[in-house]
Amino acid sequence: MKGLHRLGTRMRNLVSNRRGDERLREEIEHHLAIQTGDNLRAGMTHDEARRQAVLKFGPVDTIREEYHSEESLSLIENLLLDLRYGVRMLRKTPSFTVVAMLTLALGIGANIVVFGILNAVLLRPLDVQHPETLYQIRHKTWMSGRLVTTSYPAFDDLRRRNHTFVGLIGINAYSSVTMRFGNFVRAISGDEVSGNYFDLLGVEPALGRFFHAADEHGPGSAPYIVLSDALWQSAFQSDRSVIGKIVELNKHPFTVIGVTSARFHGTERFAWPEYWIPMLNEEQVAGSDYLHNRAGINVTVIGRLKPGVTPQQATDDLNGIVAQLAREYPTTDDGLPLRLIHPGLYGDDADVIRGFLYGVNALALLVLAAACANLASLFAARASDRTRELALRAALGASRSRLATQLLTEALLISVMGGAAGVATAALLLKALNRWPPAADAHLAAGVTAPVYLAGVILTFGSAFLFGIVPARHAWQSSPLEIIKGAVADSAYVRRFAVRDLLLGLQIAICTVLVTASLVAVQGMMYALHAPLGVQPKGAMLVDLDLSQVAPSADLMLQKQREMIDAALSVPGVTAAGAVTRMPMTGGLHGIPVYEPGTTEFRMDNYALLPYVFSMSPGYLNAAGTRLLRGDDVSWQDTSRTPYIAIVNNTFARKLWGEREPLGQHFVLWGKLTEVVGVTEDGKYHDLAESPPPVVYLPFSQNQSDEAIFVVRSRRPASEMAGALKRTFGRIEPNLPITIQSWTDLLEDELLPARAATVALGVMGFLAAMLSVTGIFGMAAYTVSRRMKELGIRVALGAHSVQVVRAAVGRPIVLLGVGSLLGLIASVLATRLLEQIVYRANPRDPVVMTGVVLTMALLGLLASAIPARRAMGVNPSTLMRDE
Amino acid sequence: MKKKKDVQQGTLALMVLKTLEVLGPLHGYGISRRIEQISGELLSVNQGTLYPVLLKLEQEGAISSTWGPSENNRRARFYRLTRAGHKSLESEKRNWDQTASIIARFFEVSPEDFA
Repeated sequence: MKGLHRLGTRMRNLVSNRRGDERLREEIEHHLAIQTGDNLRAGMTHDEARRQAVLKFGPVDTIREEYHSEESLSLIENLLLDLRYGVRMLRKTPSFTVVAMLTLALGIGANIVVFGILNAVLLRPLDVQHPETLYQIRHKTWMSGRLVTTSYPAFDDLRRRNHTFVGLIGINAYSSVTMRFGNFVRAISGDEVSGNYFDLLGVEPALGRFFHAADEHGPGSAPYIVLSDALWQSAFQSDRSVIGKIVELNKHPFTVIGVTSARFHGTERFAWPEYWIPMLNEEQVAGSDYLHNRAGINVTVIGRLKPGVTPQQATDDLNGIVAQLAREYPTTDDGLPLRLIHPGLYGDDADVIRGFLYGVNALALLVLAAACANLASLFAARASDRTRELALRAALGASRSRLATQLLTEALLISVMGGAAGVATAALLLKALNRWPPAADAHLAAGVTAPVYLAGVILTFGSAFLFGIVPARHAWQSSPLEIIKGAVADSAYVRRFAVRDLLLGLQIAICTVLVTASLVAVQGMMYALHAPLGVQPKGAMLVDLDLSQVAPSADLMLQKQREMIDAALSVPGVTAAGAVTRMPMTGGLHGIPVYEPGTTEFRMDNYALLPYVFSMSPGYLNAAGTRLLRGDDVSWQDTSRTPYIAIVNNTFARKLWGEREPLGQHFVLWGKLTEVVGVTEDGKYHDLAESPPPVVYLPFSQNQSDEAIFVVRSRRPASEMAGALKRTFGRIEPNLPITIQSWTDLLEDELLPARAATVALGVMGFLAAMLSVTGIFGMAAYTVSRRMKELGIRVALGAHSVQVVRAAVGRPIVLLGVGSLLGLIASVLATRLLEQIVYRANPRDPVVMTGVVLTMALLGLLASAIPARRAMGVNPSTLMRDE
Repeated sequence: MKKKKDVQQGTLALMVLKTLEVLGPLHGYGISRRIEQISGELLSVNQGTLYPVLLKLEQEGAISSTWGPSENNRRARFYRLTRAGHKSLESEKRNWDQTASIIARFFEVSPEDFA
């Protein structure tokens, strides 16, 4: 109790800065006066009396110190003193302070940015109830992209027959419609979901209500639409009365029944749907029915495990059902085993994304470590400069802990300022990242939230500790007597191999790893960009419009498509035009089984090949820039009354017929005997990393499809073509929304992840290079300045410039060499890790290794140039006079 | 060095409190003279060390102080025991008595007692 009382009084004194000096002085004076009086009465002389009184009292200053430390909290006061002293010391060497702060700001800032992204993408749970029990069903074989996994009837079977899930929901996230409301028309995209979607996810509407499983009474029975908050704001101006109103989706009426909360974005982190409609009504918006089609893969399945059930048990249960289905429906169900993953990151791509993000975070931490090593060596150098001062202070009575605290405080000051700057910059960067739409549909919601700030604080204090401990330890060990006595020959001290050198070597090694990673990334990017795509995106424009709105019959559709293509060809500057069902590299593809001619039973275990199948118009191959190696293009004259034909690509031809002549060969697709009339070159259709897949092109006139994108190739620039095409197509169909984009833009969206990786790694590499330069420069400059006298003597004794330079900067250069070598070895050992981050990463590539060696050599040269010149310019006579 | 100070501070504080209890309000010099009289050599070391102790006791709330006139017509700070100080003194006395009697018993111990 009295302890608390005392603490309270002491804190009050500290805060109010009250000093009892006056009072103590008066009391002491009074005490001495009375004692002097007593002494006088005892018979001493005046002076003697006073002197004896003072002697008996004791050392006044020490007592005043004790009194004051009793009065207030010396711990905090000392800290404040240290801070003021630290600031003064740092102000005396502004260049060092600024460089150190910048280094830390960069290191900590970089870490905060990547951690913020990691947090938003991986660590923050989805905005649903109990996301940890939600799992997505995928095939056991890892497949990039391809969110959809089963057909609707198979999904229904899984739903009914499983025992391990509370419920399963089906999602088709590739839904896109033209919405009409009043007199505005808009193309929007969203999810078709099963009736139990919102209930199983456990979300509540912000406005109105959601649809439930009970609302469904069979196909087409639940024409309801739920709006996303974003769509409600942008298309309906946040009008609350929109609930209950009817909108037209692809000319079918749907009732708006609710709006989701602003934080709910479906089950994918990056692709945010604008609306949700019941899957049972999908035929109305899609124009074709997949609810009864066992052969069409259209449904993403997500389920919530029953409590107490493990994912393994659920997987086994599901696989049992799948095997059953394969027996019951051998023509359509392949019986391939399934597995469970957590939803949210484009299905299996989650592994790649996860690996990339963790890898980049690790690299960022490495950058910070290198920065700390850099600062530690610089601080250590500074501390050894102050040996004399520290020794004096120790001799005057400062305890070792006080000296160490002083040095740590300086480190703390720098790291707090650097850390604050780093966090501020990172916050701005993250905000900017959120606003920048990396791709058409991708969204990032990275915020500087509590975990991110916490990370910043930890990093700041951690770094301070890391690089402050080195000089503090130095101070701890210094013996004042030795130092003042010795004036330890500065040169000898500097030449001893010290912790400083280890730190520099470590820093160089880390920087080399980072430089290697970035060179590897750049090389990987070059590969990716120049990989043969099988198409020529440059110079081509893509036009997307939904003709199914105006062409309800297949014949009318064909006619309209032909009309559009002819119109496009008539635009001046256009060299080729055509249409295709789907652009390569935009996902949504899965293999369709083809069979040898003469096959009677079409099952999933006896197909010949599983190619991608596209329908196209005549002229598409020309417009896309895909070379026809043999044979002819399809024509409008190929109809359902003429024999079925197809064009295949090289891989298809070789896989089915080897070296034999492919033209004239036959295969069976969708039950129809089809003849090969042409062979195209290979290309990439799904993603950059795939090996060339087999592909079949069918003519629109024999294989009608509602989906068609028009490809128009011209010699005019994209901006001009966009306007011209909009006018041309708009004249034919004035009421349809038209989307026009250049093909290169579309590809850029698809290549974004690879580009983001390269940029991230490139930046890290650049930071690393800068850190290497400052590290070497710092060490070299310090060495030269310390050894000026010795160098002067050497020159006076006749040393050549080369020898002087070698003496001056030899050590840092050697460290550069050793560090780089270690770094290269580390990179090679970490090849597996790098492959996670970069497509086809190969640090063992001689080009990369040469690049790294050259880079580090160049950096070393750059960094040591100035100190070396200073060393060479040493003038012995001036030096001798100075010291 | 810190240890010696602690021990001395603790016993000094006790002596201050007892002195104030017995003699009533005193100023700093007065307290030190009385303690010197009773304890002999102990306080001839440093009289000044008394003042930090007085501050500590005051901050703990065991004593309180006011300015008042002293015998040589100067202003002096007079200290007196508070109620809390009285209680503190009593509990400290009990502690000391207990400690002293335990130690005393040990000093009277003979080999047979450990049988």
